Amino acid sequence: MAKTPTAKELFDSLTKKPNLMRGDIPEKPWMQTPVHFEKGNFAHPGKQKIIEELKFPNPREWNPVDDDWQLPDNWEEIILKGFRERLKKFRSFQVFMDICVRCGACADKCHFFIGSGDPKNMPVLRAELMRSVYRGEFKTAGKILGSIAGGRKMTFGVLKEWFMYFYQCTECRRCSVFCPYGIDTAEITMMGRELLQLLGININWMMEPVRNCNRTGNHLGLQPHAFKGSIDSLCEDIETITGIKIEVPFNKKGAEILFITPSADAFAMPGIYTMMGYLLLFEHIGLDYTMSTYASEGGNFGLFTNNEMMKKLNAKMYAEAKRLGVKWILGGECGHMWRVVHQYMDTMNGPADFLEVPKSPITGTVFENARSTKMVHIAEFTADLIKNKKLKLDPRRNNNFHVTWHDSCNTARAMGLLEEPRYVLKNVVNNFHEMPENAIKEQTFCCGSGTALNTDEIMEIRMKGGMPRANAVKYVADKHGVNTLSCVCAIDRATLSVLMNYWVPGVEVSGLHELVGNALIMDGEKERDTDLREEPLPDEVLPKKEEPAAAESAEIAEGGEG
Amino acid sequence: MPMIVALFAVGVLILIAWGVEFIGGHSGQLLLGVVVPYAAFAFFIVGFVWKVLGWMKVPVPFRIPTTCGQQDSLPWIKQSKLEAPSGAPGVIARMLLEVLFFRSLLRNTKSQAVDVGGPRLAYQTEIFLWLAGLAFHYTFLVVFIRHFRLFVGQVPFFVPPIEALDGWMQITLPTFYMSGGILVLAAGYLFIRRLINPQVKYISLVADYFPLLLIISIAITGILLRYVIKTDIVATKAFIASLFSLSPKLPDDPDAIGYMVFMHIFLVSTLVAYLPVSKIMHMGGVFLSPTRNLANNSRRVRHINPWNDPNIKPHSYEDYENDFREAMKSVGLPLEKDEE
Repeated sequence: MAKTPTAKELFDSLTKKPNLMRGDIPEKPWMQTPVHFEKGNFAHPGKQKIIEELKFPNPREWNPVDDDWQLPDNWEEIILKGFRERLKKFRSFQVFMDICVRCGACADKCHFFIGSGDPKNMPVLRAELMRSVYRGEFKTAGKILGSIAGGRKMTFGVLKEWFMYFYQCTECRRCSVFCPYGIDTAEITMMGRELLQLLGININWMMEPVRNCNRTGNHLGLQPHAFKGSIDSLCEDIETITGIKIEVPFNKKGAEILFITPSADAFAMPGIYTMMGYLLLFEHIGLDYTMSTYASEGGNFGLFTNNEMMKKLNAKMYAEAKRLGVKWILGGECGHMWRVVHQYMDTMNGPADFLEVPKSPITGTVFENARSTKMVHIAEFTADLIKNKKLKLDPRRNNNFHVTWHDSCNTARAMGLLEEPRYVLKNVVNNFHEMPENAIKEQTFCCGSGTALNTDEIMEIRMKGGMPRANAVKYVADKHGVNTLSCVCAIDRATLSVLMNYWVPGVEVSGLHELVGNALIMDGEKERDTDLREEPLPDEVLPKKEEPAAAESAEIAEGGEG
Repeated sequence: MPMIVALFAVGVLILIAWGVEFIGGHSGQLLLGVVVPYAAFAFFIVGFVWKVLGWMKVPVPFRIPTTCGQQDSLPWIKQSKLEAPSGAPGVIARMLLEVLFFRSLLRNTKSQAVDVGGPRLAYQTEIFLWLAGLAFHYTFLVVFIRHFRLFVGQVPFFVPPIEALDGWMQITLPTFYMSGGILVLAAGYLFIRRLINPQVKYISLVADYFPLLLIISIAITGILLRYVIKTDIVATKAFIASLFSLSPKLPDDPDAIGYMVFMHIFLVSTLVAYLPVSKIMHMGGVFLSPTRNLANNSRRVRHINPWNDPNIKPHSYEDYENDFREAMKSVGLPLEKDEE
């Protein structure tokens, strides 16, 4: 693996070396600037066996640094045909090909451009990679005048460019907020990736989870017994920490609610603490729910693959809800999962007429906004519980945490879930500080590793892309002593941890329900002296004043956190 | 380089107008003043309708609004009705804000990486693109409306008040209309911005400079006509009105209408004809952008995708259980079929 530069080196490359972010215009026009693949600037292609199993086109072992990508002989034809088909299927794609005026409002809104200064990471130019082919291959002026009309032919060089830059976009939609016509690069990137799939050009970090999710039910390919085992061991931890014994129902027919969350919450740090939070919450309110080993993945890497695969993976949710005979579905903390659930699921796999309109069994609140899809976000669910005073909470238990809130791209810009998690957060922590306005809510910055780019071989690209997010965290860390970055996204929980370590060491990442779990006062719990990470609780909530030595060691732990 | 090409193209157009009028005489005037405008207008109508119908024919498979505010969820959480509308009234209001006030462009910021003893990204409000864009579009509209005086015999009722507003400063004779001046300044800013903003310069195509230069040329020829190179206004008006009543009639005296009038008409015709095949189609496209014109109610109301493929099925539970029956049994997970 190529060596990742240090944070300082990386930032210096942005301020001290010529780049477009700084205002230095490259000597050559972008169409005459070929891409160059080398170790570290691309993610490994999908493995032949996996592509075969998924029955995707052109399975083979290949390497982007090679001159020969082993493409089908008629690959240009395949791409152009696919291009035309998609122009006829997606109005967004057709309109966005036609109406951009290149005003440049989006240019410095992309985290990858801000962090790299690479011109082709400006959203407008990322889309022009495709638009130029649209003009050059399909439009009269472009066919005759070529580059004068902004057109070019579909060449191998263009294809390489697509592979590089449609895998340096996380479909976060931030550019779309600023575009006067709402042009959404996520739509462009999705189309670009679909077209590349037609030739078998993809990345393994995306295809392997898709394969796993399809067959075993979750990204890591945890088989049913392992998945259950993983959750059971979290229950043991919960018992150690709180003294509460929890039995998690699996594949239980007739439960009222099916709970689906990203599988990362079942086995990956720090997601497992969020899972412990969910389990404590459900126990606390006596929820009649079940988890499923078959539909054990909330995430959906199909979204990054093509719309057919997205539908296929997502279809498990309703299929399992139907089989188990639940009334409605509760969804855990995730970003892109909620893009799919909120904007695609009902259209693709509905109508879910075998389910009931979601109604909280605890508060009686009917979730009208989920009337048709019948799936509720856990932040909505918990906010309603707190509002109706159904939870016993002691926010002081989180006093060691000075928390800021990361809005995940998809829940913010493809859903509008902004105040629900903040309401929950403010009820479970005492120290909350917002990042600056231009880095939160609809203007939130991506973690830089979404859309299956959370793989280690492109660490430098990830750290560049995550720089704007990290920088805003650093701002509140310096100003308010923030030491915890909380979020509702499983990919964030994994990738922001790495990002913080790199740019803002000392800031830990937590899910929302981890903090809920810490604050929950469970019936019959033992005197808790640690939080869910088994770190000592703050002095003020420790069971009783102990001898000075113990208090001191708690303080040291607290200091170590910040 | 793209700028040079665009400049050259507009220069050629001006020369063509000049040349045809001078060499062609009366038949040149007929070409520039009648044939070209009619052809351009016909092309515009057909092209515009074709394009918009073409867009509308393409389905919107998914409801994908970009939410720029709080969703409609629990009743006690204040929804941002304009930024994340959940129904038609909100969507209409959001679109009006977008179309009339360029709401999204108003968010514009400029980001910079600065070294303050450590890495720091700095953002500042960048309002000038919004301001110039708004000024450009509105003055263009005012100028367009003012021209209605020429299109028909009777001056339409809405023209005089706009003229009065436009000329409130009452300097120069004839009265100076602000709109023309601001139009040139705003378009000039947008043009210069393309040359000096490095990011915008790098992405600019001929198709970006050309319409700006064309519009600036149109505005300048118009201003010259009004204040400097006078023409016989009665004869000109009679001619333009005859064009609009579809019975074109050039004055018998070829010198009655000045060459600048024909140049102005020719450049306008070029713009009109260019419109349907250019980025200026954003004027129609903005209404059809699925990230803006849809309500954020995807979970409340099911959106229909006409090409949704019912044959795409999940890997079935049955197959799943067949794969993992033993493993499931070993940890006591319930089974559909408990057999050997």
